[in-house]
Amino acid sequence: MTETTRRSWWLPGAGLLLAVAFLFGAMIGPAGPEWWRVPLELLDRLPFVSIDSGVSPLESTVLWEIRMPRVVLAALVGSMLSLAGASYQGVFRNPLVDPYLLGVAAGAGLGATLVIVVNRTATESWPIDPLPLAAFIGGLLAVLLTYLVGAAFGAARVSATLVLAGVAVTSLATAIQTFILQRNSEVVRQVYSWILGRLSTATWSDVRLVLPYVIVSSGVLLAHRRLLDVMRIGDDEAQSLGARVDRIRLTVVVAATLGTSAVVSVSGLIGFVGIMVPHLVRFLAGASYRRLLPLTVMVGATFLIVADVPGRILSDPAETPIGVVTAFLGAPFFIIVLRSRQGALR
Amino acid sequence: MTSLAFSNLSVSYGDSVAVESFTDTVRPGEWLCLIGPNGAGKSSLLRSVAGLVKYDGQITVDGASLDLRSTRRRAELIAHVPQSPALPDDMTAFEYVLLGRNPYVSYFGSETKHDRELVRQILERLDVSEFAKRRLGTLSGGERQRIVIARALAQEAPILLLDEPTSALDIGHQQQALELVDRLRREHGFTVLSAMHDLTLAGLYSDRLALLHHGHCVSSGPADEVLRAETLSEFYGVSVSVHRDPDGTVVVVPRRSAPLA
Repeated sequence: MTETTRRSWWLPGAGLLLAVAFLFGAMIGPAGPEWWRVPLELLDRLPFVSIDSGVSPLESTVLWEIRMPRVVLAALVGSMLSLAGASYQGVFRNPLVDPYLLGVAAGAGLGATLVIVVNRTATESWPIDPLPLAAFIGGLLAVLLTYLVGAAFGAARVSATLVLAGVAVTSLATAIQTFILQRNSEVVRQVYSWILGRLSTATWSDVRLVLPYVIVSSGVLLAHRRLLDVMRIGDDEAQSLGARVDRIRLTVVVAATLGTSAVVSVSGLIGFVGIMVPHLVRFLAGASYRRLLPLTVMVGATFLIVADVPGRILSDPAETPIGVVTAFLGAPFFIIVLRSRQGALR
Repeated sequence: MTSLAFSNLSVSYGDSVAVESFTDTVRPGEWLCLIGPNGAGKSSLLRSVAGLVKYDGQITVDGASLDLRSTRRRAELIAHVPQSPALPDDMTAFEYVLLGRNPYVSYFGSETKHDRELVRQILERLDVSEFAKRRLGTLSGGERQRIVIARALAQEAPILLLDEPTSALDIGHQQQALELVDRLRREHGFTVLSAMHDLTLAGLYSDRLALLHHGHCVSSGPADEVLRAETLSEFYGVSVSVHRDPDGTVVVVPRRSAPLA
């Protein structure tokens, strides 16, 4: 088998894996139908297919209103964070960059904290939950501030200035958040449970909320996959090849930030996915962004669906936060990947 | 064939002036080589043509100002081979050369069959087809240099800028790389502007030399006019002897201050 034909199998392979993970995610969990009935029930919902799955109405509700939105949301969040991570790594030409680099996480955290402190009970009658909204706005504002600071103190082309500005904005937002928490220690638990990430309360309305952002952001990022390969040879050379480097970087950063803020607003801060998944894909399928970006979408979705499963079982009936699980699974795994990669380079 | 003209070109970085009032015309198909000590402004001059630094004055290609060109259109006219190109280790040589087609691919588009075929032909012409699938990290210095030149050729630009094309190569590969550029310019009629440190090679391959010193062009003309012992001693602060071979090659040989035993 030549290298090219082997590579052409990556995408269908990843698609298959995602389908398996999806099914697996729908089958596992407390209550709900027996696991082997789940595929039948799913098939029954397809147009022109009618199968008697033997699932009771209550079990059906558990499957369709609790598990499915959770699996779908995990897929959206996982793919968005991974794709945003890979894209950031591309435009900043730095493999250590993650989707929270420019302050999205800290800004969203601050936004969420403010809402929780201001008293959530007062907002229960509101037509929409203000928490995701505040997190979304906080994330966007933080990145905007990072961009303004970075542009004010550095030449537009120096991406290092932008990264440093991101560090500064993150510290500032975190400091404000810590200060607020100190003054309102009774909400610490609530804020932390948001920060550690949650998919447990996922509903279809969460899915509907983030879906448009994820589609637009992913579309824009995927369309840049060839240009990200051009950017790999550096700003000057890419520019001498006719690429408008500044415009590409700005477009990619805006798209990745928008997508990240949207998913973070409903899922909380799920760490490690945006840095680990792109690295895993690079390790397996090479660093070309044309392969990397589409594969990252698939693998990111698969990873988060799978990572969400132990959380449901581990400390049943309580949930283990997904952010803890991703770090727990991710960190050792990442070390293994780095080790074998080092061996390959020697 | 395409001409490249400078009129009163100045490049400065903040308060420090790198190039001042450079005026010259590189005739269609001519090879002009910039020489001069480190920091004389050679690279800045090349970078201004490549659109990588801001400049005052005019640069015209076939009489039309470069300022009016879009980044993409400029890349169709001018190919730049930088001094130390960034070569991602795990990119294959073919993928790398294909990047040279960027000016012809639309923003969200991808390369056509024609682009790929052209790259295949270029690799064949430069005798590097066998490394098409190899990763850049596995190539030697001489092989890398040929791949970088291949990328510049893929741009199909009539003007070629070479910044120290031989600085990282041994004498055999230096000759090989310059022979390649010389052959290509004869075949395609490229107009070449290069910066080089090796004065003998600069004189041997180019049609004309321009000696820069502190951003000023202090001498310009054929090798035997520019490469004089007293001129070089004045601007480089070196002690050299300049020989002229029977075939007209000008050879610059450094002299050591203590007498040879």
